[in-house]
Amino acid sequence: MSRSPLALAWRRFAQNRGAVVGLAILLVVVLVAVLGPTLMPQSPWRMVGRPFLPPLTDAALPLGTDAVGRDVLTGLVHGARVSLLVGLVSTLVALLIGVPVGALAGYFGGWVDDALMRFTEFFQTIPSFALAIVLLAIFQPSLFWIILTIAIVSWPPVARLVRGEVLSLRTREYIEAAILSGQTSLQIIIRQVLPNALPPIIVLASLMVATAILLESSLSFLGLGDPNVMSWGYMIGAARTVLRTAWWLSFIPGIAILLTVLALNLIGEGLNDALNPRLQRREE
Amino acid sequence: MARFILARLVKAVFILLAILVLNFSLIHAAPGDPASVMAGEAGATDEQFLEDLRRRFGLDQPFHVQLWIYIKGAVQLDLGYSYRRGMPVADLIWDRLPATLLLTATAFVISIVFGVIAGVAAAARQGRWSDSIISALALLFYATPLFWVALMAALLFSVVLGWLPGFGYETVGANYTGFARALDIGRHLVLPATTLGLFFTAIYVRMTRASMLEVSRLDFVKTARAKGLSPGVIQRRHILRNALLPVITLAGLQAGQIVGGAVLTETVFAWPGIGRLMFEAISQRDYNVLLGVFFVSAAMVLLFNLITDIVYVIVDPRIRITE
Repeated sequence: MSRSPLALAWRRFAQNRGAVVGLAILLVVVLVAVLGPTLMPQSPWRMVGRPFLPPLTDAALPLGTDAVGRDVLTGLVHGARVSLLVGLVSTLVALLIGVPVGALAGYFGGWVDDALMRFTEFFQTIPSFALAIVLLAIFQPSLFWIILTIAIVSWPPVARLVRGEVLSLRTREYIEAAILSGQTSLQIIIRQVLPNALPPIIVLASLMVATAILLESSLSFLGLGDPNVMSWGYMIGAARTVLRTAWWLSFIPGIAILLTVLALNLIGEGLNDALNPRLQRREE
Repeated sequence: MARFILARLVKAVFILLAILVLNFSLIHAAPGDPASVMAGEAGATDEQFLEDLRRRFGLDQPFHVQLWIYIKGAVQLDLGYSYRRGMPVADLIWDRLPATLLLTATAFVISIVFGVIAGVAAAARQGRWSDSIISALALLFYATPLFWVALMAALLFSVVLGWLPGFGYETVGANYTGFARALDIGRHLVLPATTLGLFFTAIYVRMTRASMLEVSRLDFVKTARAKGLSPGVIQRRHILRNALLPVITLAGLQAGQIVGGAVLTETVFAWPGIGRLMFEAISQRDYNVLLGVFFVSAAMVLLFNLITDIVYVIVDPRIRITE
């Protein structure tokens, strides 16, 4: 009986019950993010009712209203799109920085490796959250800068992972064959080395999306979010001062962040089972 | 050992210098003229003050001269002046630093102790319900936003139950001294330190559990079992000691995140540390304070790293440091 590698991977993924639950949760969040703003086209910033309406009291505003009468459900739905977008795009940008750095360091070794790894280590040592705050305070907190900032503070683990993979792959015979057949270094890195290093990169990337969402919400909580975009972190930050009187305003968006991040972590573990079947499950 | 510490110190100095270069480049990269960036929003309208700044930092001179003046100042612990607060940044940070050191060090210790204990317990009961509960909790807290769990803890333990203070560093106006004051500060410390440590506890639980299970499959453990040693002795003396090494490495790497997380925790609990200072500086656009806190928190991280490096050498004598 022959099965495609993809089908085998899916079977291993599906055997991890947590991963399937995570996938289900994430699908719901993605659906909300994609369809929600179309179904609830009104601006999340608009006043729609009296302030501090508790949840489950008005059928038209099921999750109630915030301190200035904005609909919590609309904010939640619009926030889903922002969280996923920032998580996904900033991870892609971090890969764009980390993969080349790691690949070059691992492939060429010597002083290139030395210099690039010192650079990586520097970024890994400095307190990344404080750096993110400084960057966003100095440049304007717009979606563009938020994504770039998150990418800047989260690429080092990618570089280290890719470097390790490349180091272990580059002594393989098929790489030597590629060198002998006259392929350039760039061709070898892109066509031979990186495709084989892909599985652990995918696992790491899924976990990075989760971390990026946490980071975005923390920055918005501190008031460093894009002022034109409704996000879950902003909702909690705005409700912080009314915690005593309207706790649900902080509670509800927090649950949304928690579920999304949890789902992504569970999926990451499932992907690890599916793509690295020989490896023990390890913490990165 | 002394040579190892010296090598680490030299490296730390280079990293701090690199951060100063980064800070200075950021001042220049920011939109607007560097003098007004240094002055912050509050001082940007005072032309005389801007002129003073330009002269003092040689802002009309070539970039490398300016950089040299900036670094020379920073080495003498001159981190600039907060126009907004009318105080040198170094003094502001110096006042707030003890509170942050207390908070982060407590959170660090709490997370390692509880993380390792729970991780060992989970690994020893692998597959049983107590393992499942510990692992599920770790997974949950690993996904929980730091600031949100802090808010919820303040709500539950301070507002609803009234067990612990959820605000500030000590009781204002109580004028406690000696032991009573320490106790008061300790009560105020419980919620911020545990909520800051929770996320990291979750990481250490997962790490310790995975590491324990991995080591327990190695040959020398089988030998120990074959010799007839009791499971408890094998757990403690054979598995745990080896399983702890990756946890210590990770702890060093996480130090930076704990210091960063303090910004969120201190903001929620009005803890008067440098994190809270940073939060206040954001809305005031007080760039000198922001850059100063960034620099000092990096120095704190390097200090934590140095400590974990030394602990590592003590725990694992096999390691001969080759720098």
